[in-house]
Parts: sequence; C-alpha cells; structure tokens
Amino acid sequence: MYEVIVVGAGHAGCEAALACAKMNHKTLLITGSLENIAKAPCNPSIGGPAKGIVVREIDALGGQMGKITDKSLLQIKMLNTKKGPAVQALRAQIDKIEYQKNMKETLLNQENLTLKEALVDDLITKDNKVCGVILSNKEEIKSNIVILTTGTYLKSNILIGLEKKISGPDGEKTSQKLSNCLKKLGFTIQRLKTGTPPRLKKSSIDFSKTEIAKGDKEYLSFSHLEEYFYDVNKQLDCYLTYTNEKTHEIIRNNLDKTSMYSGLITGIGPRYCPSIETKIERFKDKDRHQLFLEPESIHYDDIYLQGFSTSMSKDIQEEMVHSIKGLEHAEILKYAYAIEYDAIDPLELKQTLETKIIENLYTAGQINGTSGYEEAACQGLMAGINASLKLENKDPLILKRNEAYIGVLIDDLVTKGTNEPYRLLTSRAEYRLLLRNDNADLRLSEYGHKIGLLSPIQYEKYLERKENINTCLEQLKTTYLNPTKQTNEYLKNINTNEIKNRISLYDLLKRPEVSQKDIAKYLKTTFSNDILNEIEIITKYDGYIKKQEKEAKKMLEYEKMLIKEDIDYNKIDNIAKEAREKLNKVKPTTIAQASRISGVNPQDIAILAIYLKKRNQNG
Amino acid sequence: MQDTIVAISTSQTKGAISIIRLSGKDAISITNKITNIDLTKKASHTINYALIKDDNEIIDEVLITVMKEPKTYTKEDVIEINCHGSIPTTKKILSLLLKKGARLANPGEFTKRAFLNGRISLTEAQAVMDLINVKTEEARKIAMNNLEGKTTQKIKQMRSKILDILSNIEVNIDYPEYQDIEEVTKEKIEALISELKKDFEKLIENSKISKIIQNGLNVAIVGRPNVGKSSILNFLSQEDKAIVTDVPGTTRDIIEKEINLDGILLNLIDTAGIRKTEDVVETIGVNKSLEAIKQADLVLLILNNNEKLTKEDEELLNLTKDKKRIIVINKIDLENKLSLNIENENIVSTTTTKEDGLDSLIKKIKSLFELEQINYKDFNYVSNIENEQKLQESYDILKEIEQNISLVSIDMLEIDLKNIFTLLGEIIGITYQEEIIDHLFANFCVGK
Repeated sequence: MYEVIVVGAGHAGCEAALACAKMNHKTLLITGSLENIAKAPCNPSIGGPAKGIVVREIDALGGQMGKITDKSLLQIKMLNTKKGPAVQALRAQIDKIEYQKNMKETLLNQENLTLKEALVDDLITKDNKVCGVILSNKEEIKSNIVILTTGTYLKSNILIGLEKKISGPDGEKTSQKLSNCLKKLGFTIQRLKTGTPPRLKKSSIDFSKTEIAKGDKEYLSFSHLEEYFYDVNKQLDCYLTYTNEKTHEIIRNNLDKTSMYSGLITGIGPRYCPSIETKIERFKDKDRHQLFLEPESIHYDDIYLQGFSTSMSKDIQEEMVHSIKGLEHAEILKYAYAIEYDAIDPLELKQTLETKIIENLYTAGQINGTSGYEEAACQGLMAGINASLKLENKDPLILKRNEAYIGVLIDDLVTKGTNEPYRLLTSRAEYRLLLRNDNADLRLSEYGHKIGLLSPIQYEKYLERKENINTCLEQLKTTYLNPTKQTNEYLKNINTNEIKNRISLYDLLKRPEVSQKDIAKYLKTTFSNDILNEIEIITKYDGYIKKQEKEAKKMLEYEKMLIKEDIDYNKIDNIAKEAREKLNKVKPTTIAQASRISGVNPQDIAILAIYLKKRNQNG
Repeated sequence: MQDTIVAISTSQTKGAISIIRLSGKDAISITNKITNIDLTKKASHTINYALIKDDNEIIDEVLITVMKEPKTYTKEDVIEINCHGSIPTTKKILSLLLKKGARLANPGEFTKRAFLNGRISLTEAQAVMDLINVKTEEARKIAMNNLEGKTTQKIKQMRSKILDILSNIEVNIDYPEYQDIEEVTKEKIEALISELKKDFEKLIENSKISKIIQNGLNVAIVGRPNVGKSSILNFLSQEDKAIVTDVPGTTRDIIEKEINLDGILLNLIDTAGIRKTEDVVETIGVNKSLEAIKQADLVLLILNNNEKLTKEDEELLNLTKDKKRIIVINKIDLENKLSLNIENENIVSTTTTKEDGLDSLIKKIKSLFELEQINYKDFNYVSNIENEQKLQESYDILKEIEQNISLVSIDMLEIDLKNIFTLLGEIIGITYQEEIIDHLFANFCVGK
C-alpha cells in the first residue's frame, strides 16, 4: 500500500514523485523502463525564454529540474541580455546521458520513494475515486493517490514518411490500454502530434562551413544554490547553418512522401514546432531557414539538427540533409519522425491538476496537452505538491498569474484548454515584468519553505538575499550625494548630468545612463553583483513594475471572490447559452477565472456574482 | 466592488435639472476634487450648495447630497449632484468625475450593488436585472451599429499596425536565436507611434465633432441692447419666442432654443443685452450672459451698422476675442455709421427686416465648424464617453511611449503598446487574448 503512485518517470513524473516523497509520503514511481528515467527524447536543451524562468520557479519551490540541469551542462547562456530584465532567461545545452544519470541517482537516494519497472494497464476506482493501479501482468497495487505522467506514450504511433507503427518514442513500449480506461471513466480523449528532427554523426559534419554559437563566459546556474559543476572555458559549442533553394526543391517535389501531407497523420501538431515541409509550404517567400546543430552528449556522437523536424520518408531525408551546407556528407544516425498520441482535455482538470471526474487522480505533462520538458516538470511538481497537501488535509497551492509562469500555464490549461500541444511563451503572461528570472526566489521561496519542500540551506540563502536587497535599497534611499566639485566631476565622467542640489543614490540610479557599478562605491556596505543588479532592476523599472502591480491587484480582487460549490450553471437564469456551456465544463473556482473563459461576457459574470451571493446567504 | 461608479441618473433629455450619482468608497473624495467646498467635513444625509470646478473654471452651481454608508441605496457611500439640466454641462461634470477616478457604471450596476450588499432582495434585484438585460442588449446593438463599417474598420486597421509590431517584438523575445527574423528597432516603433498619433488625433477630433452633430452646437448671441439679437434669434428659429422690442434691456433672461439647421442642431442662447447697469434684475441677466459666452461653442456678436462703435461694443469684442465667433453687422439697410478695424474675422452683414444676408450667416456657421466638409463616408468617431475615454487613455499612453522611447528597452515599450492594443480592442468589442500568439506563428517561421 502506497500513499502515492506516479505513473511515468519523465520530467513530470520525476518531479511529482520527488515532491511527494520529500513531503514524507510513501511513493511508488512506476516506469516502463528504468533506463528511460528523465529522458530528453527531443532537443538536448533546457530553458529558453519563459521556460527558463519556469525552471527557476521549480527550483524556488524545491523542485529538482534546475539542480539536475546544473549538473549536466554542456553549455549555458543568458538570452535577451540586450533587452529588459523581464525577458531575460537562461538556456542550457544538456548532456542527455548525464541528465538521466543524475536524476536517477537523485530518485534512488530519496527516502520514501520506490522505483518499479512495469506497464500500467488500468486504474482501480471506486465511487469515482481512484484507489490504485493494475499492471499489465494483472498485479494490483493500492494507493490513496495516483498521478498520471504518461507523456506521449498513450496509444502512440511513430511515423516516418509513409511508414506508421505502434511505438513509443525511440521505439519504446507504448501504453495501449490506459487511454481506453480513461475514456471509459468519462474523460475526453484528444489526439495530438509532435515531431523530432534527425540526429547526425558528429564526425561526418564539416563544421568549418557553419557558424559557431558559444556559451556565456561567466558562470551561470539555474538553481538558486548557485553551484557550478562545469568549466566555463570548456563548454561545447553549437553551430548554425541554413537550408537553401535545393533543399526546398527536394521537399516540394516529395510532399506526397510525408506522413503529414499524405493524410496519414490525424493528430493536431503545434504551430510553434512546424515541420520543415510546413515551413516551406507556409513561408514560400523565404529562401532559407535557419538550422542549429546541437551536441547531445559527451558520451556519444549524436548531433541534433534543430529546425529540421520532418515526417518525410528516409530516402528523402538523406537527400534533404545532404543538400545543406556543412552536411553534404553527414551520416544520419536517427531519422526524424512524427509521433501521435492520446491526451486528455485539460478543461477536465482542477487548478490543482486533480481531475474533476475521478477524485485523487492527478495528471501532469504531455497527457494534459502540453509540450516541453519544463512545462511537464512544473506540472509534475504542482501535482505532487497538491496531492501531498490533500493527503495532509491542507489547502492546495495554486500559483496566481502574477506570481509565476507556472500559474499562467496551469490557469491557461484548465481555463482555456488547448487543442494543440501547449507551449509556454513570454506573451502568455500579462504581468511578465513581475515574473522575472532574477526574482523567482523572492516570489516563491516562502511557498517552498511552508510546504516543506525547499531545503533549509536554500531557504536560508533566500532569506539572506532578501535581507541584502532590503538593506541595499535602504542605503540607496538614505545616502545622498552633495553637489561638490568632486562629485560633479565624477558625474561628468560617467556621462550623466551634474547636480545642483543633493540627490539620493536611489534617484541617481533611476537615471537611464547610470548603472549600479557607477554608484556602488558610495554605499556603506559592499554588496555582491547579484544584489546590486537586482537593486538596479527594482529602481530603474519601478514605474513599469508599479503599473503591472496595479493591474495585477485589480485581477486579484476578483480572484478573492471564490466559487466554492459545485454549481449547475443550467439552473442559473439569464446566463447566455455559450457561457453556460463553458462554465459547466470549466467549473471555475473564482470569479476572475470565470471572466477569463472565452465566451463568458461581463453580464454573465454579474449574474453569476448575484447568484453566488444568494446561495451564500441561503446556505 | 472596490471601485467607485458614476452615472447620469436622470434621462438624458433636456430638463430643468439632471442628477449625477456616485457610489463606492471614494464617492465623496472623488467629488471633493471638483468642488469648492470640503465635502468630507459634511455630515451624512445633508444637501450642500457648491460650485463644480474644472481647475479654476466654474462649470456649474449645484446641490450636492452626501449620504454615507450604510443607509444608502447601495449600502456604500453615495453622492448625488443636482446640476443644471443642459446635456453638455451634465456630461462635462460626468467626464470630470471620470477623470478624477470614478468609473462609468454599467447598466444596472447601482442596483447590482444594492443587491450584493444586501440592500434589496433578490427578487427585486432580478426584476431590475431582467429589465436591464433587455436594455443592455439594445444598447449594445446600438453601439455596434454606430461603429459598424468604417470606424470599426479604421480601428481594426490601427490594431493591425500595432499587432505587426507586437508579434515581431514577441518573436524577438521568444526566439532570440533566429537571426533571419528582423529585429524591431526603435526607429520602427517611432514611425508607428507618429502614424498612430495622427490616427488618434483624427479620431478624437472627429468624436468631438460627432458630439456637435448629436448634441448640437451651443451658440450664444451677444450684443449690447437693441442691436437686434432677438430678431436674429427669431429669424434663425422662425418663431417669435424672444421679446422683440426697441426699448433697450428688455431681454432679461437667457433664452435657449434648439433649431435644426440642415441637420445640425444649434442650441441658441439669446443673452440679455449686455450693458453696465444698476438695475438688479438686469444685472442677473448680464452675469448670465457672461456665463453663456463661456459655455458657448460659438458666439454671434451683433453690432449695429447704424451706430458708431461704442465702449460696450469694444468690451464685447474683447470679451469674446478668444472664442470662435462671427461678427454680425446688423441693420445694413440703415445708414452706415459703423467703422470696424478688424482683420481676419468672420464678418457677416444682415438686416432682419428684409432677411438679407441671413443665409450667408448660416453658411458661415457651417463652414466655421467644418460641418460642410464632413465626409460622412470617412468620418470615424466613437460616440460614448467610455470609448472616448479609452481613446484619450490610449493617446496618453502613446505620448508616454514617445517620451520613454530613448530611455527603456523595446520589450518595456511593448507593455504599453499592448495596453493600447487592448483598449482599441475593447472599443470595438474584441477581447480575444490569443491574437498576438496566433499572429506570431502565422507570420514568423520558428520552431524545431
């Protein structure tokens, strides 16, 4: 008997299992293959705009992804450094083998956690409540909670050109029965599609014909523990090359040989990961498309050809690859393929990621219709946290849209649903200036600490950082420069206007041309670069930050208006038909969430508010 | 229910008085910002005489009822302003209150609050709501009808200009490694801003003109006694309402008249003959005339061709020199004794006994407000205060972007641009949030 069973050991499953076990719940993690734990079957990178911030958020809550990434780095850089602080994010190239090894080690060393290799065929349920799983060998395992993190393994088909076979990613076992079981329980099953590009043999590529892309020269880490396991001077390089007219001609002449255009694929693919044939068809005026060559591991010779996802047949893939500069003699180690799989409709989930249909059943990751390792991991973490909190009879942890990208992602999923694999983008966040890479710890460490997931060391580190920021800010506001000759000469030197009256360092730092480096010497205390940078952001963007805080506050007022009961919207008069249907499906938990549902208009919200008030008065 | 709402509570036709009502925790402090007295110090349920002021300009004399929660209609603090019934004045006060932080109430919102705060029963509230729902549907339709066609198209055009830039900025943020994708530069944003500014200025200006079309033009007819003001008024309105007499100083009250001039509504205000006087009754009339001049969109200043320019005439010329005005030289059928040394003025000569020149006066009025040149085909405007406010807000944000453009990074400017995009969407009733993402993937080639 376990308290929690997690089905699937991908990025969602690992976070879910670790969270439950760390929160002292006896947990079983079941995977089809112990060799495939935390596998990265697509691109060998973690992070990027929005996604990188999610990894920081996972870390601030006490999750694992950031720490494992730090231990498995091949290259790391900060993106968007020329833009504002809100959109800067880390991206790492990871060693896929090392990543799996490091995660497996963490799982094996975790108390309360057992790993098991098996396939789950069915769920045991009683009165719409889950109480265990049934394995393919008919063995039954009981538990209070089940978390499904099955990735792309539900009824998956692999497609290469006109070949279609029943298989999980990389030819692994697939789960043919579980999605039938979910359908029987009443879940809406949708068919989604994604794809991955070919892998090439490193030694067969002529890198001299490509452009080099290096990692950053300073040490960087995802985890707030700031531990470095790599040598900044020995990072592996990535490379850039382009398709050309010849490549495009080959593709255009062979569209009938793709599973995509031949009609073999029925699933809906993501718009942000179009296959190369889709790109060429849709963007006819572009004479070239950018491709990236990314190393996958120091342990083997594979290079990932980012931007070249295709469902073309193998022979044509050869021709296509060889038409590209630098890849004339490239050897394809693994052909590109498309994969179709079953997913549930995330509108059938609560904000906690518990399903509305079966109590104590949680789902996270690609089964919920998302795409990406980071998106999966953060859902796994939140499902694990909320399952644990439920076991402890505590209030759930629901992150709001102004608190975390994780909150944006989950709210989008359960409020708006998705009919293509959902990817997190910067533009999905309304308050992105509040959701920065540099303040993830300030936003979320208290939550991580309160639920008992964040390590004491990391919590201490956060407290110290917070205090330093406050002290530094205080000093900035109380330290003044007087208009002496010496001071004005200095100001002239750093290319800013001289002063006639005394000025606080805070007001001086507000000037766009003045950086923290220019004023640090006037502070009583010496602060780290990290603290000074944070202060600079807080000071310089104060006006914009306040603006977004004001907007967020408006939204929060409506978040406070809870819809606690299970309401039958058919019984409320005066709500429009479309709104009624949507509300019945989504079952929002606050007035704010209700107002974000497309098709629900302000009048409906007003009527709903009146109805709630009446119920509260009568109840 | 945190914010403070405001609405005109009386029907918006011309009556002796109009009532503007506010409800919410800031009702008193917001109203306080536009009055000459301190309402916060007034006891609950009192009626107070006050002046409504826009900075230093007096808008109206009013009676303000202060009602503190909980014994009010909404169980919140409530203010009721009894002001003079003219539509422009009432709307002006409303727009001042909006500027100071009140929000325009949705239809039925006072009732909704009354219910939500437990003041009236659900049955009562629902009855009101049902009624209101019908109205709202109508109101929504009317608003959309108004916007249908060209204005919606125009705003859509403006939005699509912004959308192009927005999605380009977003793709630069989310896919920074794609070197083939054009990077949005500040020059590009500057070009967009200056284009948009023109668009907004035109829309805002047109919306003002549209108000003239809908609510009419306030025209004050001024002149010293016995120059023929009332006769001109009567000619324009083809009716004998004002007393026409040769004894100076008999028109002692402001006479308001609405006339339809080829589809354009003129609210004619005949003022008492302005003349320095000891007569108390007449003094009131004179003060009111000065008030009328202030409120007028157009002043018709009447001079007598048959007399030399007097001190009073000169005073009037001086008093109205900053106003849009037409100088009407009346009684040209009589001997010319008047000599005027004014250039670049709109001067029309008339005689009210033979109706000569009055047609040219009408022409002049129309041309002065560009009412002749209005191309109804390309005339884009918004017609309600809420939308006008959104236009103004967008325009203010635009100016802010212009100011900050050299100081902050593009992704910061984008936050403001996005706000404008959303505001414009609200005006034409689009609240779809995924547009930028859709546009991004449709126009930029990115992905694995």
